[in-house]
Amino acid sequence: MTTNIAPQANTAPAATRTPTKAAPPVRRKKRNDEELSGSTGSRLLKHIVLIAFGIIMLYPLLWMLVSSLRPNDVIFREAGLWLTTFEISNYTEGWNALQSPFGHYMINSMIVVVGSIIGNLVSCSMAAYAFARLKFRRRNLLFAIMLMTIMLPIHVIIVPQYIIFSELGWVNTFIPLVLPKLLATDAFFVFLMVQFIRGLPKELDEAARIDGCGHVRIFTRIILPLMMPALATTTIFTFIWTWNDFFSQLIYLTDPEMYTVPVALRSFVDSTATSSWGSMFAMSIVSLLPVFLVFLFGQKYLVKGIATTGIK
Amino acid sequence: MSALNEMSGLKKEPRGKKRKLTAAERKEELVSYLFLAPWLVGLAIITIGPMAASLYLSFTDYNLLQPPEWTGLDNYLRMFEDTRLQNSLGVTFLYVFVSVPLQLIAALALALILDRGMRGLSFYRSVYYLPSLLGGSVAIAVLWRQIFGTSGLINQLLALVGIEGMGWIADPSTALGTLMVLNVWTFGAPMVIFLAGLRQIPTMYYEAAAMDGASKVRQFTTITAPLLTPIIFFNLVLQIIGAFQSFTQAFVVSGGTGGPADSTMFFTLYLYQQGFGNFNMGYASAMAWLLLLIIAAFTFINFIASKWWVFYDD
Repeated sequence: MTTNIAPQANTAPAATRTPTKAAPPVRRKKRNDEELSGSTGSRLLKHIVLIAFGIIMLYPLLWMLVSSLRPNDVIFREAGLWLTTFEISNYTEGWNALQSPFGHYMINSMIVVVGSIIGNLVSCSMAAYAFARLKFRRRNLLFAIMLMTIMLPIHVIIVPQYIIFSELGWVNTFIPLVLPKLLATDAFFVFLMVQFIRGLPKELDEAARIDGCGHVRIFTRIILPLMMPALATTTIFTFIWTWNDFFSQLIYLTDPEMYTVPVALRSFVDSTATSSWGSMFAMSIVSLLPVFLVFLFGQKYLVKGIATTGIK
Repeated sequence: MSALNEMSGLKKEPRGKKRKLTAAERKEELVSYLFLAPWLVGLAIITIGPMAASLYLSFTDYNLLQPPEWTGLDNYLRMFEDTRLQNSLGVTFLYVFVSVPLQLIAALALALILDRGMRGLSFYRSVYYLPSLLGGSVAIAVLWRQIFGTSGLINQLLALVGIEGMGWIADPSTALGTLMVLNVWTFGAPMVIFLAGLRQIPTMYYEAAAMDGASKVRQFTTITAPLLTPIIFFNLVLQIIGAFQSFTQAFVVSGGTGGPADSTMFFTLYLYQQGFGNFNMGYASAMAWLLLLIIAAFTFINFIASKWWVFYDD
């Protein structure tokens, strides 16, 4: 049951593809009737349960958003979502609570994120093209190795990696965070792209070959434009993961000037007394906002990507 | 599903006989390696090189300042006496084997409810999926610290119904539980995978079953459940591997200590403390290899066990 994000893989069961024009709508209607069977009451009940459950799921997030606009003493008294005051000062205080304004850390995070995205897009798509379309000896072996590295815990390589990067004087720079992405070490993006390219019709490349195109041209002129959905999925997931990544940023960034958002937020939590939850919540909201926006606008690709490779 | 299938599928391909390559084939080979160049360099210097170095360091005593000193199996033997390490293994196993099944049950249940041509499917899917995207962030860990604190949200809500709360994070018997709740909260990602899997089951199976008078329950046990086992297996392997490596939440919620009383001391957190707190790089490397072995072992066990319960359509 290999799920593929290539459009042609999402085909309906063969039976619905009958050439008679009238057939599909009839079938579809029948299917809907069947699926929506059950009384109106039971359907309504299902929706009520699902909505109630959704509210429970999102309640902590909504509560944090509302609490970030409340004075500190109210946060610990008010479990509801009703806002009586509008305490913007949490945001201004939180923004300036650390050595640099919070925007500084967001810019740092952005640099790492953009570098990682460019790295993943370029290096993973190149490797994917080779695995999906080219013939070379030891291809199966290398492909198997690539798949295995997906499951490799970072802990096994982080110590020597840290030693190498610190010998090179790269600790407290963004190089240790971005360089691995330029070298396609996020292997499941390679895998995701391989899956996608395999779903593209081979006739396109063959026609281009006959017209005298080399592999570089086929890759840049034919394959890359066609694999935009896979590239979008990669961009979105790289954004979210890099933005949220804590372990490697905690290890490589110890100078407060170089802190990214997660590391800055963590130092905020450790340095402040529990009395300033309001400003801590405010900055937490600020730090979640980019991920939320990406989620809002990139949902289609997120869902496709996750269904293909099972990533978080 | 796909990544794992690929792995087992690879072995089946016949090996080509050795022969001289034609000029065109040799050119294609050269082009291939050009396309693979960044990945190959990364594999060498970012993955395999450091892996080998880490294996070597695991047999040494190394603190970054003096050169590594060969100590043979000392680091590994030390683990048998290190009660904190054993405790951290216990904490991690408990976390994995309680929270992953709960998370997958929630994911499957919601996927089944949402599957049947629900109106508003994409809306519900987004709502349930959102926590998966945010759950690993420091911000959510900060939120968790407040929610389960002595005067946090949970206790306020409990007070509304007249129950006196407790310091969930301050109490060693419940601190790990709060992290399990956090992991279960992120059931949206496996749910989306289940939904994709359910969609692959041809509707004609159900139509045929309904025509033969099979009840909904029987349709589930004879069609849905067997055909979904590869996806369940896939999710299980994936979530177990992920949960073994959890770090951020425990680190932030416990303020980097793994406390109270080491009750949230994940294996990765102890590894971090040993390697980057005490600079016991040799010991940390040995721990990393133990983690790799554990993860590999569980993946392997899952694969073996899958022969008995996973049903492959093809």
